[in-house]
Amino acid sequence: MAKRSPQPAIQKVLTGIKGFDDISLGGLPRNRTTLVMGGPGTGKSMFALQTLVRAAGSRKQPGIFVAFEENIDAIFTNAAAFDWNLPGLTRNRLFFMNAQLSPSFVASGDFDLGGMLAMLEAKQLEMGAQWVVFDGIDVLLSLLRTPRAQMREIYRLRDWLTRRELTSIITTKIDGEGQSADAGNYGFLQFMVDCVVRFDRRLEETIPVRRLEISKYRGSSFAPGEFPLSFGPHGMEVASPGATDLPQEASTERVSTGFAGLDEMLGGGLFRSSSTLITGAPGTSKTTMAGLFTESACKRGERTLFVSFDEGGERVRRNLKSVGIQLDTHMKSGMLRMYSGRTDAVNPEEHLLRISALIAEHKPRCMVIDPLSAISRTGAISSARAIGNRLIYKLRDHQITAVITALVDGSNPQAEATELQISTIADNWIQLSYLVLGGERNRALTIVKSRGTHHSNQVRELILSNTGLALADVYSSGGEVLMGTLRWEKEAAEGARAQLREAESGVKRRELQFAEADTSARIAALQLDLERQRAALELNTRNDAAHHLSSGAQLTELRRLRGGNGNAGAKARKVRGNGHGTEKARRG
Amino acid sequence: MATERRKHVVAKRAKKRLGDDAVTVVVMRLYVAGRAPNSVKAIANIEAICRQHLKEGYKLEIVDVCEHPRRALDDGVLVTPSLTKVSPSPGANIIGNLSDTSGVLAAMGITTTKQ
Repeated sequence: MAKRSPQPAIQKVLTGIKGFDDISLGGLPRNRTTLVMGGPGTGKSMFALQTLVRAAGSRKQPGIFVAFEENIDAIFTNAAAFDWNLPGLTRNRLFFMNAQLSPSFVASGDFDLGGMLAMLEAKQLEMGAQWVVFDGIDVLLSLLRTPRAQMREIYRLRDWLTRRELTSIITTKIDGEGQSADAGNYGFLQFMVDCVVRFDRRLEETIPVRRLEISKYRGSSFAPGEFPLSFGPHGMEVASPGATDLPQEASTERVSTGFAGLDEMLGGGLFRSSSTLITGAPGTSKTTMAGLFTESACKRGERTLFVSFDEGGERVRRNLKSVGIQLDTHMKSGMLRMYSGRTDAVNPEEHLLRISALIAEHKPRCMVIDPLSAISRTGAISSARAIGNRLIYKLRDHQITAVITALVDGSNPQAEATELQISTIADNWIQLSYLVLGGERNRALTIVKSRGTHHSNQVRELILSNTGLALADVYSSGGEVLMGTLRWEKEAAEGARAQLREAESGVKRRELQFAEADTSARIAALQLDLERQRAALELNTRNDAAHHLSSGAQLTELRRLRGGNGNAGAKARKVRGNGHGTEKARRG
Repeated sequence: MATERRKHVVAKRAKKRLGDDAVTVVVMRLYVAGRAPNSVKAIANIEAICRQHLKEGYKLEIVDVCEHPRRALDDGVLVTPSLTKVSPSPGANIIGNLSDTSGVLAAMGITTTKQ
């Protein structure tokens, strides 16, 4: 009965389930059987149904769903939560076979699936079905009394599927760790099929987390390990690690944070499509900063998505209004979309899905998540951490400029580094903290990191008023940062000292000016004196010459008058007279 | 087809029995899958039961699912062979080759007529 001729390389069909096609490297094996096993409520049936819906919807491949376990009405009710349009598809491309045996059924002797397969075959021919799902085959098998009969019917089913060239999914329940009363036969089922997908649902700190794992894929490789799955508006989504080396264009465009002081510290703003983490203790104005970013983005005409956790959008807007941030008009114009999610009792995975759906819907260029740390409140920290990472990568892939806030324990400013661990992936990390000094609590802002940017490494004081935020320089004195009143005091003291310094230097300047003036004045006086003395000397010289001339003339005249030869005596008198004259001039 | 013929014969026999006065006629439908072993066994078993325990009157219709899949689908048949008691109420559904005679009778609410 086995047709085991060597087959060409396995062909695959996409399931259309986000993430699963990645980890299975292309979907399920075409014209082969996939076994989906897991405990109750793990999403087996939804996986099978969604695959059928996607095939019937976008690829127009008709399919048959045979429901052994669940009533068709119940399936429709469950599926109504998603945008699948199940009733529309049922009209022509999907056929549901209600195959629950009523409790009043009595078994008497052996039976087989021959009749059912004959019926399905007729239906397949009628609608050209390419897919078939047997949901809850364990219910049927449990009616078969002997393991031999079970095996026989499984073989019958397998042969029929092969003959009919159907791509099929068979789901079966297992308890807990795969232990079941019929474990032996399910083991056999696993050998028979080409692909096995295991579903699991565990409580992680009171929050249910669903996972799936491909445990077998004949003729194909697949991503090993367990992958979380969750349900969003489009149905099931599997968290696949995704392509790791996506080309990411590094933008050099700067986007304002809406806060001039911070833009300046960042060297002109945030880079387009970068992610910025703002961490801080409660009340350090994280939301206000997120609000400023949102408002400026909307004003630039960029579609923005504001995701707030634990606090309704209404409340966020009201609080922001009190610091002068108006978001109502942007809300009305449709530029801004706000989404608030409660984080208690919701799986972090589910938040990611909702956010992803919102991104697809609103197509934002800028986005705020306030605070992301809320998702780690429920469930295991490891999964919250993974979600945080995936979210940031997702935003980057969509080239969304994001501001993400995270709450940290006020007493430990380094807490963020150990909690969600997203500070390592984020492009920028701004830390807001309280510094308690001199009986006052003041807000401080530090840019811890900013990729690709020269940024200020100074701590600034963040001042919150009803007109908004402002940054002030802080004083550091003796290695301590001064803020608030201390800063004011320090500022005042500095001011007084400066005045004093100025006054002192004024005095000194004037003294020096005086000295300088004094000296110049003295120089001027001396100059004048010098000129006067020179003039006097000149005058004296001229007088002497005149005197000498006149005395010589007198002598000549005298000698002429006397008629004698008194030349020598006249000469001696002249020298004496000369010396006397010079001395006289000097003394004057 | 063999089953077709047999169905005819069974129906005729039922009619003959109907001629008797004031008897409850049990109407049954047996779904089989062609000549599959269990189906063949089921036909033999139900006929034996009818002969032995439903002397007062019965109507048995045998439907081959392979030939009338649409009808079987509409009737909500799942596995073969399976026997449906149509009337009198309460109805009953029995799956299997009907090898367990007392079980079949109990399910059909028939008290043994063997004196």
